[in-house]
Amino acid sequence: MVVAHRTRNNFFRLLVVLLGCVFALFPVVVIISSSLNPTNTLVGQGLIPQQISFENFRKLATDDIHPFLLWIWNSIKVSGISTVITVALCAAAAYSLSRFRYEGRRTSLLMILVVQVFPNLLAIVALYLLLLQLGKIFPWLGLDTHAGLIVIYTGGALGFNTWLMKGYFDTIPRELDESAMVDGASHMYTFVNIILPLVRPILATIAVLSFIGTYSDFLIAKVMLSSSQNYTFAVGLSLFIRDQYNQQWGVFAAAVLIGAIPIVLLYLLLQNQLTSGLTQGAVKG
Amino acid sequence: MSLRTLLLRIAGLIVIDAIALQLVLGLGSQGSTLLAIAIFLVTLVINAVFLVERLYPWRWLAPGLALMLLMVVYPLGYTVYVAFTNYGDQHGFSKEVVISQFEHEYYQPADALVYKWTAFLNPPASSDQPLSPDNFVFWYVDPDGKSYVGAQGHEGLVSADTAEGVFGKFGERDSDGIPKSIGNFTRLGRLEVVRYLKTLQSVAVSSPPNLIHITSLDKAPAETQKYTYDAAADTLTDHETGVVYHTDAGYFVPASGEGQPLTPGFISSRGLDNFLRVITDPNVRGPFINVFLWTIAFAVGSVFTTFVLGMIFALALHSADLPARSFLRSVLIIPYTLPAFISVLVWVGLMNPIYGPFNNFLRAIIGVSPQWFSDPVLAKIGILFINLWLGYPYMMIITTGALQSIPSDIYEASVIDGAGAWSQFQYITLPLLLVSVGPLLIGSFAFNFNNFAVIELFNKGGPPISAATPAGYTDILISYTYRLAFGGTKGIDYGFASAITLFIFAIVAGVTIFNFRFARRLEQVSENV
Repeated sequence: MVVAHRTRNNFFRLLVVLLGCVFALFPVVVIISSSLNPTNTLVGQGLIPQQISFENFRKLATDDIHPFLLWIWNSIKVSGISTVITVALCAAAAYSLSRFRYEGRRTSLLMILVVQVFPNLLAIVALYLLLLQLGKIFPWLGLDTHAGLIVIYTGGALGFNTWLMKGYFDTIPRELDESAMVDGASHMYTFVNIILPLVRPILATIAVLSFIGTYSDFLIAKVMLSSSQNYTFAVGLSLFIRDQYNQQWGVFAAAVLIGAIPIVLLYLLLQNQLTSGLTQGAVKG
Repeated sequence: MSLRTLLLRIAGLIVIDAIALQLVLGLGSQGSTLLAIAIFLVTLVINAVFLVERLYPWRWLAPGLALMLLMVVYPLGYTVYVAFTNYGDQHGFSKEVVISQFEHEYYQPADALVYKWTAFLNPPASSDQPLSPDNFVFWYVDPDGKSYVGAQGHEGLVSADTAEGVFGKFGERDSDGIPKSIGNFTRLGRLEVVRYLKTLQSVAVSSPPNLIHITSLDKAPAETQKYTYDAAADTLTDHETGVVYHTDAGYFVPASGEGQPLTPGFISSRGLDNFLRVITDPNVRGPFINVFLWTIAFAVGSVFTTFVLGMIFALALHSADLPARSFLRSVLIIPYTLPAFISVLVWVGLMNPIYGPFNNFLRAIIGVSPQWFSDPVLAKIGILFINLWLGYPYMMIITTGALQSIPSDIYEASVIDGAGAWSQFQYITLPLLLVSVGPLLIGSFAFNFNNFAVIELFNKGGPPISAATPAGYTDILISYTYRLAFGGTKGIDYGFASAITLFIFAIVAGVTIFNFRFARRLEQVSENV
């Protein structure tokens, strides 16, 4: 009887989960099917395409007015550079905050904590005007430039990530670097050769999270960028598809697939690490 | 420290200082004094940090801190400043800049001296370069028949008798006494004048206190300054009409009280008006209350629905002998791995009322195709639905983690006490879950409070409430701010937009602080379990 009860119980569990899978997969299946369906319109799109062709992908690669591949490349470039700068600056700052004791350290920590409560998308008006002013002197740093966007993303990501990284640095025993220093190693040498290898997990986590965060940003990119060849994928895709759902659905689906691949790959590669990070947060509270 | 390191460090500082100096000087001359001072101070500190040995630990911190100061702290301060001003499309520049614009306006008085003109051209070296005013000099003949030579770059007219010394030798003269060339400049024929007329009209030759402008094919009147500013009285006088303007609320308005203010206005303080407008201005109050209530409803509703669904899936998966458990879990996590902007755009297509596959599905099942984008209530439901799809995996992940940390002996004890599945959930699982995921739920609330992408990409905040406001039925505070500052069609108001972002900041900061406290209290609670 217990076995029967268990089986029935598991049957219900399975039913719930399978219904959930249908819910989760519905858009994904429609997109994959639409991208392979030579009909570009939204009319008659279903779960299984009647014909299979790569026509939409060809159109996507050859569309000069909507350079999707360039937009995706822009996104990868902006996110990649922002991520490298963020990780480098955060690691250096965390080293200072974790390893040295000096006047102003506590104040800096407090400032970083307060600053990260203020999401920089709330300062969007001020950031827009800031780039406007900077651009009059250095056009490469102004509105509608990738450099300007990267500086904003990096500045905004520093507070939270430095805080996170400092916490991890604190868990590395100080005896390790102290003994290296006794042997005559410089701070730079200790940092590069002793600390960095030990904190690789947090570097990877922060790198992936900040890459994904930047890649997915819509608001800041939308406000700062104004010309098609500078768009990130988020901005380009949203402007391309607005009011064109009906006529351009197939190409849109193909673009979505290609644009989502970098992110999904990152998740798959680091799934366990990211999930356990989130779970830890839950358990620790 | 080796000499090479020192030299490298100094070289690096010189590069940084050169860039900073250019920025500071440029910004200062633009009137962006605040930013110039900020950059100057930051640069000074960086120099100190890298030159003074005692400040060594700061060397590691300074680059990040400098960037944070410039890109987060300065914008925060600037937002506060702008929130107290009328900065916007009607008030785009400082008072000094606007006055200087007005002082550069000229008009032709009734008794103006009108010259006859002849133009001479020295084309640029390469034919690709466009013509600029510097490529021209002019020969003017006044009504008395006296001749002068002038050019835009040269202050004042030069009498034709002495002009050869200034502009170059004259060529052969025609019957009117006008030369065929002056130095490297060749006289333009009738046809060329017509061809270059646009550029010619943009040339302004100064003849203090007047400015000579070409107005027709042969006439060039001496225009005089239209406005003068009296700093002591803070008034602007229009010499053409005789009207005196004084300043009021960021505009120059006629002192007599009659007539239109001059445009553009200038940036001036609005005091607390931007904050009080939410209460005092009925055109703002109505939409604002709407937007505010929907922001709360959206954030709370999203957290609630995603948590419930995520928890259901986590509980369903919380059974060791479920077949293909980890595979199924991975499938359920898929929505979380896609960038949100992509998912929202996809759902908007799927929910198209005429062709969308999701709406087709609904039509087949329940017989109706909901108008997600034109009906205010359905639009809100649609957004919550999409956000549910986007958000439940996160809740599922954190709930799964929390479930694993609940000790199983509690359940065993409750079975002995005769508890059923429902009361186990009600009295054990749910309370313990809430204790551990509570702070994350609050964090999720704060995130959704500013979830711009979902709102903007779903329907641009629409459907619109009325023509009087840029806000739509599904706008949340951050998208409303965006529309006020960058919406374009209904007037740009950076001041009011900044005031609203400060309001959002107050709420988000309040929630975050509460979260810290809450987390600490919950920790104590869970220790006692």
